[in-house]
Amino acid sequence: MKKFMVFLAALAIFIPSLAAADEFYVAVASNFQVPAGEIIKAFEEDTGHKAIPSFASTAQIYSQIVNDREVDIFLSADAATPKKLEDEGRIKPGSRFTYAQGSLVLWSATEGFVDSEGQVLKTGKWEHLAVANPKLAPYGAAAYQFLEAWGLLKGLEGTPKIVTGENITQTHSLAVSGAAQLGLLALSQVYRNGKFTSGSGWVVPSDLYSPILQDAVILKTAENKAAVQAFADYLKGEKAKQIILSFGYILK
Amino acid sequence: MSLTPADITTIKITIKLATTTMIVSLLLGGPLAWWLSRRDTLPRRVIAAVTTMPLVIPPTVLGFYLLFFMGPFGPIGKMFKFFGFKLLPFTFSGLVVASVICSLPFVVQPLVNAFEALGERPLEAAATLGAGKLDAFLTVIAPQARPAFLTAAIMSFAHSIGEFGVVLMIGGSIPNVTRVLSMQIYVYVEAMEYGQAHLLAGGLVIFAILTMMAMQMLNPRPKKTPTDR
Repeated sequence: MKKFMVFLAALAIFIPSLAAADEFYVAVASNFQVPAGEIIKAFEEDTGHKAIPSFASTAQIYSQIVNDREVDIFLSADAATPKKLEDEGRIKPGSRFTYAQGSLVLWSATEGFVDSEGQVLKTGKWEHLAVANPKLAPYGAAAYQFLEAWGLLKGLEGTPKIVTGENITQTHSLAVSGAAQLGLLALSQVYRNGKFTSGSGWVVPSDLYSPILQDAVILKTAENKAAVQAFADYLKGEKAKQIILSFGYILK
Repeated sequence: MSLTPADITTIKITIKLATTTMIVSLLLGGPLAWWLSRRDTLPRRVIAAVTTMPLVIPPTVLGFYLLFFMGPFGPIGKMFKFFGFKLLPFTFSGLVVASVICSLPFVVQPLVNAFEALGERPLEAAATLGAGKLDAFLTVIAPQARPAFLTAAIMSFAHSIGEFGVVLMIGGSIPNVTRVLSMQIYVYVEAMEYGQAHLLAGGLVIFAILTMMAMQMLNPRPKKTPTDR
């Protein structure tokens, strides 16, 4: 009888944790917030697992992981941060993969302001171009490479013509408000199902900047969690691919 | 490790912004607080509530709305365009406007409290002696509310030194124009250049402590006299 009671007690302790084993934490870089929400919704419907997302800048998520915050899978906005985590031995070996490639767009909140060749940047009448901080945001670094490629960087850098958002979300706000007539943004912020959601834009040719690869990693602490692996596989699957493409990301 | 020229420029801009904000918000907040401290009516209550909004709304959200209102699509921006003025976002004047709005609660609250505590009597006394309203305010009320004015001045100055979210949105972080100290520290932290960040943040902490001490020294507690016991 006593043994049975111990068994019951053990059951009571372990069963809830078994049931909860399907829950896991996804940390997502802010620029992928909306697509990630849709993918997670589809994933939960298809598998019955529960993914709990949180959103922050890539640098913030990195420092949270380093400071022992519980994250099972991390969808970064760049390739460098996941690589860094890998080099530091913090990830499940071999789990790093590119889930999306971002595109840079020259965008304006005003309809018809940006022409189909992006010439407005050279010839148009504009006062401010919103760019993400190149030190902090991959899209900012790409934007500077593009401006350099077009020979515009020298004349613009450090002048009031360039206004800086500290991340790509803020850069988007600067352009959406119209305060900056132009912005170099992530295509995914202004594009849906084959067209711009508002305003006007020109997709910058991808050979004018280094590819913006967005990598994901499974953290070491989640090495044996089946649901996390299932999510990583789902992210590579057809359904997720369609969602990712619909936001204007490139998939190779 | 030492301060870079860019660091020094941001410090200069920050101090210029804080000083301007302090002066403008006292000039605006003083009369506003006076008006609010008089009779208790509904419009006054509404305005009093509105002046505390910057404490409630998250700074980046407030920044976004200010950006929208001052931008070409917003009502203030449209008005500016109509009169042919340069739009406020991404200018130093825009920073001052945003910063004044954010510091207003820190100016208005202590002043309203002080004016209410003074009550009507000193003004009535001044009136019987033939002082006009402005005269009475400057010679009777202002000296008596001196500690509150000092608190308001130092709080608005200190707060605009540390303000971040709103300034970030309105300023656009332009080097030599609108990039302030708090942004510079943020960029260092995000870029994981902690040494430089610690240097600036350490300086900021020392500055804040010195400011608060100065406030207490300029505003001495009345010495206790035997009759107070």
